[in-house]
Amino acid sequence: MNQLESGKANLEVFSETLIDLAKKDKSIVVVTSDSRGSGKLVPFGEQLPDQMIEVGIAEQNLVGVAAGLAAAGKKVFAVSPACFLTARSLEQIKNDVCYSDHPVKLIGISAGVSYGALGTTHHSLHDIAALRAINNISIIAPADNFETRESIKLAVEMQHPVYIRFGKRAIEHVHKPDAVFKLGKAIIIREGDDVAFIAAGETVVQSLLAAQLLEQKGVSCRVVSVHTIKPLDGKAVIETAKKCRIMITVEEHLVYGGLGEACAAHLMQAGISLPFKVVGIRDEYTVTGSQLEIFKDYGMTAEKLSESAMQLLAHI
Amino acid sequence: MTVREVREKSINYRKKLLTYIKHANAGHTGGSLSCIDILNVLYNRILDVTPENFTNPNRDHYIQSKGHSVEALYVVLADKGFFPESDLNTLCRHGSHYVGHPTRKVNGVEHNTGALGHGLSFCVGLALAEKMDSMNHKVYTLLGDGELAEGSNWEALLTAAHYQLDNLIAIVDFNKLQITGWTKDVCATDPLEQKFCAFGWSVQHVDGHDIEALTEVLNSVPFEREKPSVIIAHTIKGKGVSFIENNHTWHHHVPTDAELVQAIQELDQALVQVIDNYTD
Ligand SMILES: [Mg+2]
Repeated sequence: MNQLESGKANLEVFSETLIDLAKKDKSIVVVTSDSRGSGKLVPFGEQLPDQMIEVGIAEQNLVGVAAGLAAAGKKVFAVSPACFLTARSLEQIKNDVCYSDHPVKLIGISAGVSYGALGTTHHSLHDIAALRAINNISIIAPADNFETRESIKLAVEMQHPVYIRFGKRAIEHVHKPDAVFKLGKAIIIREGDDVAFIAAGETVVQSLLAAQLLEQKGVSCRVVSVHTIKPLDGKAVIETAKKCRIMITVEEHLVYGGLGEACAAHLMQAGISLPFKVVGIRDEYTVTGSQLEIFKDYGMTAEKLSESAMQLLAHI
Repeated sequence: MTVREVREKSINYRKKLLTYIKHANAGHTGGSLSCIDILNVLYNRILDVTPENFTNPNRDHYIQSKGHSVEALYVVLADKGFFPESDLNTLCRHGSHYVGHPTRKVNGVEHNTGALGHGLSFCVGLALAEKMDSMNHKVYTLLGDGELAEGSNWEALLTAAHYQLDNLIAIVDFNKLQITGWTKDVCATDPLEQKFCAFGWSVQHVDGHDIEALTEVLNSVPFEREKPSVIIAHTIKGKGVSFIENNHTWHHHVPTDAELVQAIQELDQALVQVIDNYTD
């Protein structure tokens, strides 16, 4: 099996990128809820203390304060674990950020099951569904270090709200050096026409590894990183569905309300039908363990994804 | 603006907001009558916020956290020239931007409110930005007393004190009522002053219908250096109309034709008294 080159944790890349940007742009402000350690932002606080606001363990206030700072012209990153940021402060996100249209950059750290062993309180398997149902916010789940760096650079200049969620495990590189990152524009990482893997966030690595496994069986795979889940690149999804025989969506999220259902709705309404499977966390009392252990339980590892592909192909 | 002119405005604003609530067949009658004198003094005597400087960040800020009293805000903004008063004929109508809670689609509104417990955190952000940029403008917000049960307010109170935001002024429309009844019976907030003090704020009380007292207290902020200020404005929900005062069922009750006529008559009588009392 081919290997992917290993990279850093997206969390680390986020922190390094933001420090670099904030040194050059004094209007960048980070707001934390006792989350600077979790967000790898201790160096930010040490190097740029005047650009960091700490509100303590108070996520509702975190988002409200961030909205006020943004209204005053600051480029504000509200940084907190995704599980708290998108649940405890959902009404602040809806009203103070999205409805009021203050361009806060909401950063959900250790998203999905990154805090796998800490249990359901710390999992964020609802965040994409919850925010997809709110008007005026872009949702980004970067796959690797490149997508993380580019999404943070993009967020600085965005004039409307954005939510970016990523994990804390060191993640493999999935992109070639010539990759181009644009909001709402999915990236085709690998070409093929039997199986389409439509993935977001840290499941892109697993999809790419699955494609390598399937290649050995003579099955060719297209792998698409849908880093922007909202607005969804519907054109890329439709074009991929027309090209490939089956489609598997993969996301570190509950199977309800996320990437898979977004793609399905898009395809159905375009009158396109193909064997289709949504891979993600089932609606059940979530297993605990490391991120990769949990991926295994829910069919989200490379091996399990390649098995699912073979099963789906066998039924055509 | 003279005291007489400001007092006349208070009565005229009441007449207008009742008329627009009647026209819209919707609105928050009791709370709008309760806070209108506070808004009157803020916009006519205190705030450096005008239609001319509104798009410039170099000015004061007012955020109405108790967004449901929007009719009070709209009549004051119309009077200050933020939009033609005739726009209010579309209040709560299909497709109108003049919805039942403040939105930024209306000129003069800088934050969308309506869900309670949001304004204070937003103001902490504005006040922090003012401090970061070494600007001297003040940030004012109006809170309902029932609204204080929202826990998010107390998170914001902590942060404001922690950052010593003496450019932040919260005004509590302390009418002691909320939609269900007396606040002390719904979920008591007393002793309010001690709670604010314990959270590191500097507190003053005022009669929230006394134009001169309101002017004086608002001109004396911050009450202490390096502390945010809170004004507990003692008000009467429904103030100015006998049968609406202190009656929680008027929280969002719309007057009947006869009730509107009687309310306008009472307010016209009050207007005559103001004119008789002030010869300036
Ligand atoms: Mg009240």
